[in-house]
Amino acid sequence: MSVLVFIENVQGKFKKSTFEVISFAAAIAQKQNLPLVALSIGNVSDDELAKAGKYGAGKVLKASGAQLDSMNVQPYATVIAQAAKAENAKIVVMSASFSGKGIAPRVAIKLDAGLADNVIDLPKMDGGFIVKKGAFSGKAFAFVDITSDVKVISMIPNSYKVVESAASPAISTFDAQLSPRDLVVTIKDVKRSTDKVSLPDAELVVSAGRGMKGPENWGMIEELANVLGAATACSKPVSDAGWRPHSEHVGQTGIAISPNLYIAIGISGAIQHLAGVSSSKVIVVVNKDPEAPFFKAADYGIVGDAFEVVPKLIEAAKAFKAGQN
Amino acid sequence: MKILVCIANVPDTTAKINFTPDNKEFVSTGVTFILNPYDEIALSKAVDLTAGGGSVTVINIGDASTEPTIRKALAIGASDAVRVNAKPRDGYFVAKQIAEYVKKNSFDLILCGRESSDSNGSSVPAMVAELLDIPCILFAKSLSIEGTTATLEQEIEGGKEILSAPLPLVAGASEGMAEWKIPNMRGIMSARTKPLSVIEPVDVPQYTQVQSFDKPVPRSSVKLIAAEDAGKLFDIIREEKKVI
Ligand SMILES: Cc1cc2nc3c(=O)[nH]c(=O)nc-3n(C[C@H](O)[C@H](O)[C@H](O)COP(=O)(O)OP(=O)(O)OC[C@H]3O[C@@H](n4cnc5c(N)ncnc54)[C@H](O)[C@@H]3O)c2cc1C
Ligand SMILES: Nc1ncnc2c1ncn2[C@@H]1O[C@H](COP(=O)(O)O)[C@@H](O)[C@H]1O
Repeated sequence: MSVLVFIENVQGKFKKSTFEVISFAAAIAQKQNLPLVALSIGNVSDDELAKAGKYGAGKVLKASGAQLDSMNVQPYATVIAQAAKAENAKIVVMSASFSGKGIAPRVAIKLDAGLADNVIDLPKMDGGFIVKKGAFSGKAFAFVDITSDVKVISMIPNSYKVVESAASPAISTFDAQLSPRDLVVTIKDVKRSTDKVSLPDAELVVSAGRGMKGPENWGMIEELANVLGAATACSKPVSDAGWRPHSEHVGQTGIAISPNLYIAIGISGAIQHLAGVSSSKVIVVVNKDPEAPFFKAADYGIVGDAFEVVPKLIEAAKAFKAGQN
Repeated sequence: MKILVCIANVPDTTAKINFTPDNKEFVSTGVTFILNPYDEIALSKAVDLTAGGGSVTVINIGDASTEPTIRKALAIGASDAVRVNAKPRDGYFVAKQIAEYVKKNSFDLILCGRESSDSNGSSVPAMVAELLDIPCILFAKSLSIEGTTATLEQEIEGGKEILSAPLPLVAGASEGMAEWKIPNMRGIMSARTKPLSVIEPVDVPQYTQVQSFDKPVPRSSVKLIAAEDAGKLFDIIREEKKVI
């Protein structure tokens, strides 16, 4: 028996969220007294795989081949389910990333397993197997007992600490059998903005709303984000108006995020916006209206005009960053 | 083209979420329920795609209390509706009901929302697809169909991709796929007489069980920093919160 963790790469590289999910799976494996097996799919160098070995996996499996070069949900789910069977995995863990959300439910069906998605904390494992997960769009949590023999869980990025361990596991090849049914989707084009921090993984997020008046004023928001190494986000009306792309829209009907620091500039703090950002660890609000509801949900507030405050924040961020080096 | 749209009945986005004192159940008294916002996008898309012919069936797994939401979907433009008469237990239960229905009544396209705003699992669409052994494009920002092939744009880590897939398939609607439609008077009138059939659920093994709910701890009151002192913000956060 074992715990299997799917270690996702983006263009051959592992992200911090991958190390988080291995650390998380390692803690579960330890508690269950089971070995941890990490499975990588796609084109990843042995050097990069060795990095993934530092977080507690006793063994690293590598599945590759032309059909697995780019992330494609069906073949990936098949490989994970086959590896889980080969390793007699009782618990399969992955990140609740865009890919993980597409894959985990399919793996659960293939393994006849119970699924818990969007898990945000280590399961309680004395007796049952109770996971804590987000529910009601960030307004609540649910504690869910998974009672099936095999369990699949997906973990929200930024909800578990990366923990290094000393091991340097052996890397072996895993040969999966794909069927033609797995390969009916063709990826025709991929566009990634490599220079930007991706929103769901970001530890720091600078977000702005209608208070910025127009897209031409986003230069200072981007500059603040750049200096801090933060991702940029926006409120719904901003993306609806086409000032910013939909992929930046956070909230109940946008992306839900839980960064260490969320800075909201010129956003009123409507309940639907708060739903997607309230699990941020620290929230800073800049708004010229002292009555803006967002102040009630913030740790720090600056009442002032964004056009005066943001330039000050940029200078402060530069000084802060310089002080760190 | 025959399209099935899976619709969830969820608390209004402005609803306050409360639980019974033992935290075991969601209190729905006083809460308005709506058509899940993403499902409304999916439905709008389905109505657009069938403008030149075809049908849009909506399916909901829910008890009789969801019927106003089903009628709203009919008013927006669905041709007929099916309600599987059961309280949705978890994503697996819902997916099984939908997959069983599709096996008996074939569809060219199954549209869902990318996630429901109560369970937020994003698990139903991919489970339905797996049960039917067809593709699921979960975060679809656009969808066009030519003959028996669909082309979709999907959100991925740090960007987007263009995919092509054969019908039938499952797609999860994201923002951008279609504009929300407001039902007109004719839609509302005709919704009353459009067919809504109620069927009984199939048996599904139960693998997950909600034990209890909890709410986030409210933040302690906000600490105001004067605009002139904005420059001190990062030092204060480092000092007090140690997150940067
Ligand atoms: C079904 C549904 C789903 C929704 N989902 C989402 C969602 O996912 N995400 C989301 O964000 N919204 C969502 N909304 C919309 C939400 O209700 C609000 O309308 C929206 O969040 C408001 O955006 P805003 O704060 O940018 O704009 P506004 O509410 O217009 O607020 C602008 C703020 O900027 C401040 N301001 C103005 N000028 C300045 C200045 N110079 N300096 C500093 N501050 C200034 C104002 O005081 C005000 O507080 C949803 C709504 C519905 C009905
Ligand atoms: N009770 C339900 N009845 C019909 N469709 C549902 C139901 N619950 C969820 N769905 C569909 O599955 C999608 C994703 O829901 P979820 O997996 O709960 O996040 C929703 O947007 C709906 O399209």
